[in-house]
Amino acid sequence: MKTNTLAPAPMPTLSHRASRWFARNLIRIYAALAFIYLFIPVAYTFAFSFNDAGKSNLVWKGFTLDNWKNPCGAPEVCSALGNSLKIGLISTILATILGTMIAFALSRYRFKGRSAINLLIFLPMATPEVVLGASLLAMFLNFRTNPGMTTIIIAHVMFCISFVVVTVKARIASLDPRLEQAAMDLYANERETFRYITLPLVMPGIAGAALLSFSLSFDDFIITNFNSGTVATFPKFVYVSAARGIPAQANVIGSSMFFIALFIVVAGQIISRRRKAR
Amino acid sequence: MSNPKVSDSKGDLHLNQLTKRFADFIAVDDLSLTVPRGSFFALLGPSGCGKTTTLRMIAGLEEPTQGMISIGDTDITTAKPYRRPVNTVFQNYALFPHLTIFENIAFGLRRRGVKDVKKDVDNVLELVELGHLAERKPNQLSGGQQQRIAVARAIVNKPEVLLLDEPLGALDLKLRRQMQIELKRIQMEVGITFIHVTHDQEEAMTMADTIAVMNQGKIEQMGSPAELYESPKTAFVANFLGQSNLIKGKVNSRSGANASVNIHGIDIEVPITRMASHGDSVLIGVRPEKLNINANSKNSIGNGTVTDASFVGVSTQYLVKTSWDEELVVFEQNDAGAPDIKVGDTVSLSWEPAHTFALDGDQDLAAGADVDHEAD
Repeated sequence: MKTNTLAPAPMPTLSHRASRWFARNLIRIYAALAFIYLFIPVAYTFAFSFNDAGKSNLVWKGFTLDNWKNPCGAPEVCSALGNSLKIGLISTILATILGTMIAFALSRYRFKGRSAINLLIFLPMATPEVVLGASLLAMFLNFRTNPGMTTIIIAHVMFCISFVVVTVKARIASLDPRLEQAAMDLYANERETFRYITLPLVMPGIAGAALLSFSLSFDDFIITNFNSGTVATFPKFVYVSAARGIPAQANVIGSSMFFIALFIVVAGQIISRRRKAR
Repeated sequence: MSNPKVSDSKGDLHLNQLTKRFADFIAVDDLSLTVPRGSFFALLGPSGCGKTTTLRMIAGLEEPTQGMISIGDTDITTAKPYRRPVNTVFQNYALFPHLTIFENIAFGLRRRGVKDVKKDVDNVLELVELGHLAERKPNQLSGGQQQRIAVARAIVNKPEVLLLDEPLGALDLKLRRQMQIELKRIQMEVGITFIHVTHDQEEAMTMADTIAVMNQGKIEQMGSPAELYESPKTAFVANFLGQSNLIKGKVNSRSGANASVNIHGIDIEVPITRMASHGDSVLIGVRPEKLNINANSKNSIGNGTVTDASFVGVSTQYLVKTSWDEELVVFEQNDAGAPDIKVGDTVSLSWEPAHTFALDGDQDLAAGADVDHEAD
């Protein structure tokens, strides 16, 4: 959009035009740079999943689909992944159930020490993971428990609960209490009110909390490393193999996780938009 | 999952010495009233007068501190909300956002274990003329439509008593007038007892058979709209329902049909039957439309000065300052064209004795006049 001036403007010089173009597109350039910054690591991971790497996946040696055809090709990568999925799933289920129950108790009941508990629930989130991991290990050893699958799950449930409580509580707080009163007014007893009104309305919060728990658990390295004993998880596998070169299969799994997450988000958006349009 | 224990009690609704005390104040104070079955009853009062608390106690959402609530002969004072044959239309409708309009309306039927809900839901949707919206979600409806769905969701259950908590408060004026007529039509069609809580005196008068005016947790006066308007018993009712001119006076004598009352040196007459007080000190009340300018009605109070005139189409509203410096409100019909009385003119004021009421003189002249009618 050019604005008109009274006198005919002299022909703009090339540098003038360039700087004007730059000024007009500054925000787009900035956005593009920001996205490049955010996505270069992902793109790099994805690209190197096609590398015909051999032992070390550091330099580009040629394109191949072998890694994608055989993601379990590298030794132990899939058993580590399996462990991580199993731990993530069990921890998520336990943390989501316990955390949701705590969130309801804290939002719905007035009791002594309630505000103290509200504060304490934040503490695990604020404590450095290294400290949490080390003290958990000390505790397990004191109880003469050998680190392994169980201790990992106990640790993961512990640090996920805080996130679940905070997320679900926010959702409950935004719930209009009159909806539950209306349900009771319409002949639903306490249990039916919870089942048909409260739970469905809080569900998006619970689902969000579960997704968050899973990604926290799947991703965790520091606390897991202290409490896993000989059990290998996927992050631990990547860390250990970093010393001698990460196999390209790790890139395949990392990229897959990224695309699965992307798919879930996009599908969620489409479904909710379709529901609204109806 | 059905609820076989919903009380099937029928009859009038009785509130007996009902009291609700919160930590630091009394919301409802020893309230007793009977609402006849099938009537359209309004609880009218300013914000904080206890009308909503009363409603919530009838619904079972609030437990009375003392007293009893019963329908017919059945005591429901402590019954759970879902055991009462009572349904509520909430102030902001409280429609379930995750359910379709159909499922919202079917909710109560399904909870009571009704097998075939389709016919009932369709019928009630037809009654509120919104059948085409059955598959929508509440947030896709306009305010007026949501309001009608809220009514439909309640009356589909054919409760003994329907409670309406300021149901028209969120609508604009034009829609509100329309819904008042609509609600009245629905009430006549279904014949359910309606208890309507509102702070809007015009709304209460338009819709209800009986109005109870509430103030500070108590009922000031109860009666038909005309009764309350023509013969208010307290200054609060006189000022809250419409406008009133209240003038301090002393009773000279009571003999025959009329009492003689002295107001600021002038003797006027008041029908004995319209005197709410037996004392000597009284407040004389006249409604603005019953005051006459430059006419020779029997109760004449001499000349006053016009201090304000506002033309409102069908009528003109004047403020006239009397010889004792009180400003009285006068409505004059414009049935003979635009009036020719101007600010500053001297006019005489008079009215017919039959249009006078008298209240106990120990009250605040302005009680109920300064409360905000529109506040929630």
